[in-house]
Amino acid sequence: MQLEFSPEEQAFRAEIQTLLAKVPQELRDRNAAGKMNYPDDMIASCRILNENGLATAHWPVEWGGKDWSPIQHHILKEEMALAHVPELLAFNHSMIGPVIAQFSSQELKERFLAKTANVDIWWCQGFSEPEAGSDLASLKTKAVRDGDHYVINGQKTWTTLGQYADWIFVLARTNPDVKKQAGISMFLVELSTPGIEMRPIQLIDGGVEVNEVFFEDVRVPAEQMVGEENSGWTQAKFLLGNERVGIARVGETKVKLARAKKLAGETRTATGTLLEDPQFAARIASLENDLLALEVTQLRVVASSADGKPNPASSLLKLRGSQLQQETTELLADIAGPDSLPSSAIDATGPADIDVAEWAQRSVPQYLNFRKVSIYGGSNEVQRQIIDKAVLGL
Amino acid sequence: MDFELSEEQVMLRDTVRDVLTKTYDVETVRTVTDSELGWKRDVWNSLAEIGILGLSFSEEDGGAGAGPIEVATVLTELGRALAPEPYLDSVVVPGALISAAAPGHELLAALASGETLGAFAHHEKGDRWPVSAVATSFAEGTISGTKTLVPHGDCADHLVVSARAGDEVGLYLVDATAAGVSRTPYRTHDRRRGAQITFDGAAAVRLGSGEASPIISDVEIITQISQCAEAIGALERCLELTTEYLKTRKQFGVTLSTFQTLTQRAADLYMWLELARSMSQYAVTALAEGSADATIASRVKLQVGRSARIIGQESIQMHGGIGMTAEYPVGHYVSRLTAIGHTLGHPDDHLAALARKVGDWEMVTIA
Repeated sequence: MQLEFSPEEQAFRAEIQTLLAKVPQELRDRNAAGKMNYPDDMIASCRILNENGLATAHWPVEWGGKDWSPIQHHILKEEMALAHVPELLAFNHSMIGPVIAQFSSQELKERFLAKTANVDIWWCQGFSEPEAGSDLASLKTKAVRDGDHYVINGQKTWTTLGQYADWIFVLARTNPDVKKQAGISMFLVELSTPGIEMRPIQLIDGGVEVNEVFFEDVRVPAEQMVGEENSGWTQAKFLLGNERVGIARVGETKVKLARAKKLAGETRTATGTLLEDPQFAARIASLENDLLALEVTQLRVVASSADGKPNPASSLLKLRGSQLQQETTELLADIAGPDSLPSSAIDATGPADIDVAEWAQRSVPQYLNFRKVSIYGGSNEVQRQIIDKAVLGL
Repeated sequence: MDFELSEEQVMLRDTVRDVLTKTYDVETVRTVTDSELGWKRDVWNSLAEIGILGLSFSEEDGGAGAGPIEVATVLTELGRALAPEPYLDSVVVPGALISAAAPGHELLAALASGETLGAFAHHEKGDRWPVSAVATSFAEGTISGTKTLVPHGDCADHLVVSARAGDEVGLYLVDATAAGVSRTPYRTHDRRRGAQITFDGAAAVRLGSGEASPIISDVEIITQISQCAEAIGALERCLELTTEYLKTRKQFGVTLSTFQTLTQRAADLYMWLELARSMSQYAVTALAEGSADATIASRVKLQVGRSARIIGQESIQMHGGIGMTAEYPVGHYVSRLTAIGHTLGHPDDHLAALARKVGDWEMVTIA
């Protein structure tokens, strides 16, 4: 056992820091303040990362992968968080890119992978349905073969950032007569195809980041199916397994907690600052300790995933990581206290121009928004079931 | 960055596990801990023979020159087995004190071989981590005062005693059978032994020179981190026993594992175990690299202490009535974990310590 990173790993870290500095400071500042311009900042940041080989490091070497060790991937994620570089576009880089590289025809790989890496195509996810959340395999959207096409009918929901997307990857039922997992296929669908309608869903923070997507007789060329017909569940499991890796967001939470601590030190109370209040200081110290324990756990999981197999302990990272992300946003809102009440100008176009800091005005919407992290990517209750089955044998 | 045991360390773990599982099941633990000594000489001798007792001592002192990772590995196994042998109290702690204060001291070899038992007589009435008064005094070759809680002080041959001479706290070696030493042994709730020891002009020899408080603090850190490693073994067993029980116990015609209200909680226990294990490995590794300090000790005490409360209480609850019985092991583990939680600082004490310095760093970091 050793705590030090090796000289090679330290050199690698320095190299990553140099590359990440190429993402413009203003963009990173906007990200740090939670004020990114969508989709432009996201696209700009992803393209710089892609240009420098950092967007597809985890893909197969043939398609831009770097064959890094798990520790190297960990270092990249951590340095991105510390430098306030926006995360990669999950739908492209973590979800569909690796699926296409792993499962699809050579033709689809050549057609999509470079554009996916460079966000020339912005992807969105068509998995969940109104009646298929945690029980994803019960999805009802249908794809019926008609000559060289499949015709898709149904409804998807919780499609994050779909409003910026060009294409969607969709799970649809191609065989209703077999076990539910065995009759699902995955399709790549251009959103401009006739019959698709995207409707925004406003969330409890007032913002719009998810959508419903309706499919009515949407004709999709058969070659845009990923892999074999009825093999979609395998691909979905592969995709969801990848989604859970890095979902702990330790680096991001560390940065956020450091910011909370700084703000608490600047917040006056009757007797001094909030950071000097023993109860509040204990809350921060406790959260720091929890985060450190999670970080070491993540490093242990990272190291033991060296053989490339997904580790069931990644469910633990999702479970605990989401709890700590939520506690940190809750902490920020509580530091803001009464200043968290105003949230925008009267015309709702931006922050109110009053003597209340902008971070404070954003704190409760963010707190409310972050209730999602224990629900998406497999709710925490589902993660516990995975632990029960895969680790404890229950 | 690496948290895996080396091949040799895995062999060490397996060897110790082998020795202990041959001896201890819950019934044997109960019988042995009901004996006057409270632990087993046979097991002690086996541990001595295979070199476990000497692990933490340098080769010059008759030991194996191994480090904190090996010691922690052994303690985790003692924790798993609930083995009552006083490896930490009688060997590691006095050995660490003596070798720091008086390097090369002849007693070290006797401790390393298991022939002689030591104990650290430090805690006095009213002490509560991190405060220790050290009202015991040394003057003209003798020592006077009362140490209320001396872990395994009942069976010790030699006592390392903290005492004040003028303004200086020093460490002194006292023969436990010398004139002027009187011991009142006691049992602990976790079936271990200790003694209150009163020194009334007992002959004492100074170990080394200079202010010994820094040595005492360092050994406290070693003790805290080592006990947490022991706790990890106990926590592992609590979770194993609980999951096994859920799989086998039937009610309403089905096994308990079919009730999500129980399995969801079991998954949480796994989470608390792994978080505790991570922090323990972190602290042990820091100790091995010489970077462990009071902050890291507080971090591990806080995390392991909290995990221990949750896992301990839930393990009993999820067993139902059987978890309350003395013939079932889970309650004994919980008792042991509770004792560790009250030694050298409760989790809340350590949280308060961390909170007092939380403004000293910008961001929480590993190294």
